[in-house]
Amino acid sequence: AEVEETFKRILSHKGVIGAIIVSYDGIPIRSSFAENDVTVQYCALIQQLAQKAKSAVRDLDPGNDLTFLRIRSKKNEIMVAPSPDYLLLVVQEPNDQP
Amino acid sequence: MEIQYVYTKKRADFGRQCIFSDRPSELLVDIAPNPEALKEFLERDPVDRAIQVVQEMSEHDVNTERFETDSHGVNHAEGGWPKDVNPQEVEQVIRFRKKVEKDEMYVSTVQNLGNQMEHCIRQNNAIDIYQDYFSDIEIQATEEPPSAKTINVFRDPCKDRGVAHISWYPDGPTKLAIAYCNTDFQRAPKDTSTESYLWDVINPNKPELALKPVSPLVCLEYNPKDSHVLVGGCYNGQIAYWDSRKGSQPVESTEVANGHRDPVWKVIWNQSKTGTECFSVSTDGQVLWWDTRKLSEPIERLCLDPTKKQDLACAHGAYSLEYEPTIPTKFMAGSEQGAIFACNRKGKTDADKIVAVYPGHIGPVYALQRNPQFPKVFMSVGDWTARIWSEDIKENAIMWTKYHQCGLTDGCWSTARPGVFFTSKTDGTLDVWDLLFKQNDPTLTVQVCDEPLQCLRLQEHGRLMACGSQSGVATIVELSEGFYAQNRNERNLVNAIFERETRREKILESRHREMKLKEKKGGAEEEEEHRDEEHEDLVAKAEADFFAAIENEKKLRDRRKEEREAALRNGQVDEEEEAGTGIGDAEDEAEEKQELEKVEEVPEQAAEEKGESESAEK
Repeated sequence: AEVEETFKRILSHKGVIGAIIVSYDGIPIRSSFAENDVTVQYCALIQQLAQKAKSAVRDLDPGNDLTFLRIRSKKNEIMVAPSPDYLLLVVQEPNDQP
Repeated sequence: MEIQYVYTKKRADFGRQCIFSDRPSELLVDIAPNPEALKEFLERDPVDRAIQVVQEMSEHDVNTERFETDSHGVNHAEGGWPKDVNPQEVEQVIRFRKKVEKDEMYVSTVQNLGNQMEHCIRQNNAIDIYQDYFSDIEIQATEEPPSAKTINVFRDPCKDRGVAHISWYPDGPTKLAIAYCNTDFQRAPKDTSTESYLWDVINPNKPELALKPVSPLVCLEYNPKDSHVLVGGCYNGQIAYWDSRKGSQPVESTEVANGHRDPVWKVIWNQSKTGTECFSVSTDGQVLWWDTRKLSEPIERLCLDPTKKQDLACAHGAYSLEYEPTIPTKFMAGSEQGAIFACNRKGKTDADKIVAVYPGHIGPVYALQRNPQFPKVFMSVGDWTARIWSEDIKENAIMWTKYHQCGLTDGCWSTARPGVFFTSKTDGTLDVWDLLFKQNDPTLTVQVCDEPLQCLRLQEHGRLMACGSQSGVATIVELSEGFYAQNRNERNLVNAIFERETRREKILESRHREMKLKEKKGGAEEEEEHRDEEHEDLVAKAEADFFAAIENEKKLRDRRKEEREAALRNGQVDEEEEAGTGIGDAEDEAEEKQELEKVEEVPEQAAEEKGESESAEK
């Protein structure tokens, strides 16, 4: 239930397009996207990228670890919060408010 | 031979511990060398032995394992599901998901991650964290003080000659054509060389090519369309043209009879389809058009006669010529008497050809050039000033410099910045004027050499300036960045300056005209008085208003005082009332102040206007 609450709260923020909770082996546990293939695409691609980023950070400095990953593109921003077992992925459209 | 050593031990001592002791060595056998064996040997002399002191090298082959690459596309199919869950079956998927969701760690992790995520989402919503600050503020040009630096100096190999004209190579700042001539009237020694040179900027020691005309060249110009062709005007009135590929002799030159009768001071290439047309001007008062394919006769003739009758007798000799390739039919000539002629080549009658005559300078006009970015504005250099004119205002220049201590010899606009121009003086200095920075003084004065500078020429890009002196030395000066980097607003600002000055002159012109008309009718003074009266009226009116307002305030205050006194006398003094009136007083005071300010503004404005008109009249 708290999970529900958290999820809903995230989705209610301004500009958020969707959110996905991914397990460490790439399975989407919970997704706000309606189409399955979109979810699967995001899961697969982003999970691999997050994994690569984490290993890069650790290779550079073994004591370091990845805390957050933000991918800013022209149209939107993909934010990834990694944890040892799961991954929270949010797609947001940034508001250019000065 | 056998060498024996016998070692004995008693049987009874067998098995006993060995006791070792040291003793000196004992000679057992001595075999002496046998000299007879020598007979069986021969001495060998010399002995050949090869030695080598060289690094020993060895050759090895190494081959890495080939790294095979292959391009594949990747198909993202659903994966990662544990073996017992079939992704296609919805029920199994749902069941798996529910199982995961019940996991405690899942819950806490998601909450944690959720918090992090929210923080970032909120950040995004609050401001654009990837915003580019200061992206719209341009990088200001570095505020370095203006400077100019001499880069190269070209000395005339022959003596007694001054630099008469400089022309840059049209395709970049790599070459210069310099015309040398001793322009003192009949003072040139007899054997002065008539040669002019083409210099390569990299090699200031030796000219690249010598041009050998019949008489020394007074002016020399590269053809902007064909960079190998040059045309030059000679001291004896001839015009010759060279092809730098063909050598030092002119390809063709005009006949003395048909050309000018005085030195040809300026030759400029025309914008034409064939690219071979040029026109020249001289102090004999004629402007002649030539086609370089046939230099035996000019194509066209024009006399610079201010009376518009094409009479050569009263024509003005001209020193300078101005031509803008974008306005092909119009040109301007500056005369010896100081007048500037604006002419149209395609005028129908001879009278039409001379469109206008500007009063110009007191002495000969040495240089004339249109502003490359504002063609209606042109500058002229002569006597001791440089003047800026607008084509529309024919009575007077719109801007001018102060009278200098020494005469000005040449000037030109900067091609890069519309508000910058250069002048050269007879004390050897090069002045750089920046109209946006300072209008009364040159922004930079560079002492190029000790002899008078006779001519200058700016290279197309606006960075390099070539100055020629009377002793035959040509110097290339590089200007600091501020002089050729244009700011965004500059065009507008310079345009505003020119327009303002043009307007001022127009007003003055119209006023003069009115005054002249009134003079003819005999009422000029009345008009001036009338104008003065108007000003006085304004001032008087303002003063009257001011005093009236003060009077009003005084009356108000007096009235209030009376009321208060009356109230006191009646004994109806309330503290609140006093306080109320106190506040009321303060409000009134504020109002008073505003009114006073307004009233003060009016006389100020009137004073300003008066001041403006006074300065305009000056």
